[in-house]
Amino acid sequence: MSTNIKKDLSVKELQDLAKKIRRDIITMIGTAGSGHPGGSLSAVEILIALYFKVLKHDPTNPRWSERDRFILSKGHAAPVLYAILAACEYLPGDELCTIRQIDSRLQGHPECDVTPGVEMSAGALGVGLSFGIGVSLAARLNKKDYHTYVLLGDGECDEGQVWEAAMAAAHFKLDKLTAIVDHNGLQIDGWNKDVMNIEPLGQKWQSFGWNTLEIDGHDITQVIEALEKARNAVGQPTVIIAHTIKGKGVSYMENKADFHGKAPNAEEMKIALKELE
Amino acid sequence: MAQEISTRDAYGQALVEIGKVNPDIVVLDADLAKSTQTHLFGKAYPERFFDCGVAEQNMVTIAAGLASSGKVPFCSTFAVFLPGRCFDQIRMAIAQSGLNVKMAVTHSGISVGEDGRSHQAIEDLALACALPGVIVIVPADGVEAAKAVKVAADTFGPFYLRLGRPKVPVIYGEDYKFEIGKASCLKEGKSVTIMAIGIMVKAALDAATDLQKEGIECRVLNMSSVQPIDEAAIIKAAAETGAIVTAEEHLANGGLGSIVARVVSANRPVPMEFISLKGYGMSGKPAELMERYGLTPQAIAEAVRKVLKRKG
Repeated sequence: MSTNIKKDLSVKELQDLAKKIRRDIITMIGTAGSGHPGGSLSAVEILIALYFKVLKHDPTNPRWSERDRFILSKGHAAPVLYAILAACEYLPGDELCTIRQIDSRLQGHPECDVTPGVEMSAGALGVGLSFGIGVSLAARLNKKDYHTYVLLGDGECDEGQVWEAAMAAAHFKLDKLTAIVDHNGLQIDGWNKDVMNIEPLGQKWQSFGWNTLEIDGHDITQVIEALEKARNAVGQPTVIIAHTIKGKGVSYMENKADFHGKAPNAEEMKIALKELE
Repeated sequence: MAQEISTRDAYGQALVEIGKVNPDIVVLDADLAKSTQTHLFGKAYPERFFDCGVAEQNMVTIAAGLASSGKVPFCSTFAVFLPGRCFDQIRMAIAQSGLNVKMAVTHSGISVGEDGRSHQAIEDLALACALPGVIVIVPADGVEAAKAVKVAADTFGPFYLRLGRPKVPVIYGEDYKFEIGKASCLKEGKSVTIMAIGIMVKAALDAATDLQKEGIECRVLNMSSVQPIDEAAIIKAAAETGAIVTAEEHLANGGLGSIVARVVSANRPVPMEFISLKGYGMSGKPAELMERYGLTPQAIAEAVRKVLKRKG
């Protein structure tokens, strides 16, 4: 494997990287004038842990057959994925500001045939875990030992297809498949508990036959440890319920459903970037 | 091949054959393997067969994941459930990124019979043809079904194969060559062209035989490749025969009739008549239903006589 990804970054360096990724997210969405900051900011540590510690991947060869797969099922968090892909040099950094513009490779939601490093076209929710099952079954059939990770939103768990997939992944005993739920507690119309109660979320996954871990999704050490544990599961898939804060890192966005899909204006962007220095 | 075989039986047998030569073929079903005939593949290659239970959306998306990883998945259920139940998944996860998923559905149309209207897919072609880049094939008989399965396996990209439940007469010899985007001319004629798909191809041939006694020479085209459609054959038929009748076991809206009409009106307007369904069906024997809803050689012949009166 030839890769320029440094895997020896310290926790402090990863935390600094998280700030940079958050600044990129704000700049991208602020410049585009639209996009989804809340659920992008809540998933930053999860993607950093994956791309800078856990995933076996090669940015110079995005379709490398041995790579671990990361599937972003909550496609509206495209900005965090693009920022991470740029940090890994799948994309030039200055391309980030083209997001959502006509002819850009960085479409409003991820497109696997458009952007290098994107595994699945997403946007409609509830689809990614099923897709991940297919990817993981292919690994088994092809005798490859890559691992497949799927990131879902908690609001996304309202979708019935998530539970069809949960049942099937356990049935097929896919221990090289890991689901991560970005559990920030909020969805577009408000708190999960008010819109559609999904609790007890951990018990639900457990009862579907999943090895279930719960962590603080902003504690990079906990995220890395859980992802490593998931790699060692035998005979069943693992779900990591990552408790996070929607809009994490930007004071006026934190725990605000309104910033699910609203861009900061010029003044708000300035404040956010200052807070993330 | 036997004199009569359902296109679903031909599909199940063809899967076993292609599975033998191509180890990347995998097959998925949603608890209907004995009806769709994918159980034959499952028996031959159990490690490459995935029953996904009664969860069609999950099944079709798993197929997308397998395709993205280099496999050639065929997924099957009844035509009412796929595309209907999984349209969003097909649209985003398969059609928009052009993944190599083969959707082969059975029990299409009213010839499903006794199960009634909930199980009679009469809108599925409209849905399938609404997806850019998806190749939509409606085989006329068992020979064409088997050939189409092989072509689908060897041609990269998403396919929708519309298969049927009842036995249908075999029209083609084993030397028939199926081609995507090509109409197959089963009978030459200059008076009028009948364009048909699926179970209606045999009905069109029977109508043409009857009309010959009246001195009406029908050209009969099997339009099995509904998307892409053979525009050249349609324009040629319009120019040379001056009138067209379409025949399909589907609604006219969004089906073969409307697709042919678009090509005709844009290129060579001629009078047309449409043999198709007008609304939902009911329980009954397949033959009774075909009679009740006007999908018969007699109805096609009547449409031909009608369109000839409008021919200039």
